[in-house]
Amino acid sequence: MANKEINDSGKSNLILSFYKAIKSFSTTLPILFGVVLLIGLLKIYIPPALISSVFRGEIFQDTFIGSGIGSISAGNPITSYIIGGELLKEGVSLFAVTAFITAWVTVGIIQMPAEASILGKRFALTRNILCFIFSILVAIFTVLTLQVLI
Amino acid sequence: MMDTLEKNTKKSNKNLYYSFTFLMLVILLYIVLFFLNSNKTLESLFASWNIFVSIVPVLILVVFLIGVLNYFLKPKKVSQYLGKESGIKGWLLSALFGIISHGPIYVWYPLLKNLKQHGMRTGLVAVFLYNRAIKIPLLPVMIFYFGVFFVIILCIYMIIASIVQGKIIEIIEAR
Repeated sequence: MANKEINDSGKSNLILSFYKAIKSFSTTLPILFGVVLLIGLLKIYIPPALISSVFRGEIFQDTFIGSGIGSISAGNPITSYIIGGELLKEGVSLFAVTAFITAWVTVGIIQMPAEASILGKRFALTRNILCFIFSILVAIFTVLTLQVLI
Repeated sequence: MMDTLEKNTKKSNKNLYYSFTFLMLVILLYIVLFFLNSNKTLESLFASWNIFVSIVPVLILVVFLIGVLNYFLKPKKVSQYLGKESGIKGWLLSALFGIISHGPIYVWYPLLKNLKQHGMRTGLVAVFLYNRAIKIPLLPVMIFYFGVFFVIILCIYMIIASIVQGKIIEIIEAR
């Protein structure tokens, strides 16, 4: 009898976990739809020449710009993968795209007020500055390693 | 407890509001552009549809993985392991917990503050926050776009970077 109760609560926990997963995921759906629609527009309306005028193919400069754009953007990382993947298809270097997706998740300028108020101003500030620098380093190391291995 | 729960629902409602506003603005942009250049706008819609169709299977996998993590990991369990330990075990554990932690970041700030008050090292907090960048449920999407090799190498460098960064933060804070 007691065993059955435990089984039942386990089952309802499982259902609850998946219910929560669907719920939290569905809240990101409007953003996801919006971003995909926006990328569709950009793909057709923005000439590739414009993108290549921002990302000129110089490793350090491109990586820096990638990190910068990633830092000021926030939201579900999936969005950054989709944008990054499409940028890659447009010919932007993997250095810049990697820096972009790394900075997107690690540097949180938008969350910084919350982080500072709960974990301390100094901590939040040093952490975000270091994250910015590391997004550039991680991008460079990752791509160089990838080039050596493949 | 009730208080934070209420705050979280409020916050997620607010987020949902912004999300819908964003979507509406994009749709509005489509409508305006349709009148300016209907051909190009339909082409854009078609391009979006193609992107969307290609990522749907991956998104379903993502929801499944989030559910599995929800089931096995609770914030309370994390605090059990990250108490006062430091040492190598503490660094690796906070990296691991950062990777498997889920949900919005503001759910974790109060827990981290609590752990810090109980003696968790600042460096470990930084390691935890950095490794949240690696999200297991989202890896399929990343692999879909960038390939397995890229994802593995990137994750390894991110874990290394998180630990180096944690050490640097501790040095700066000790000054």
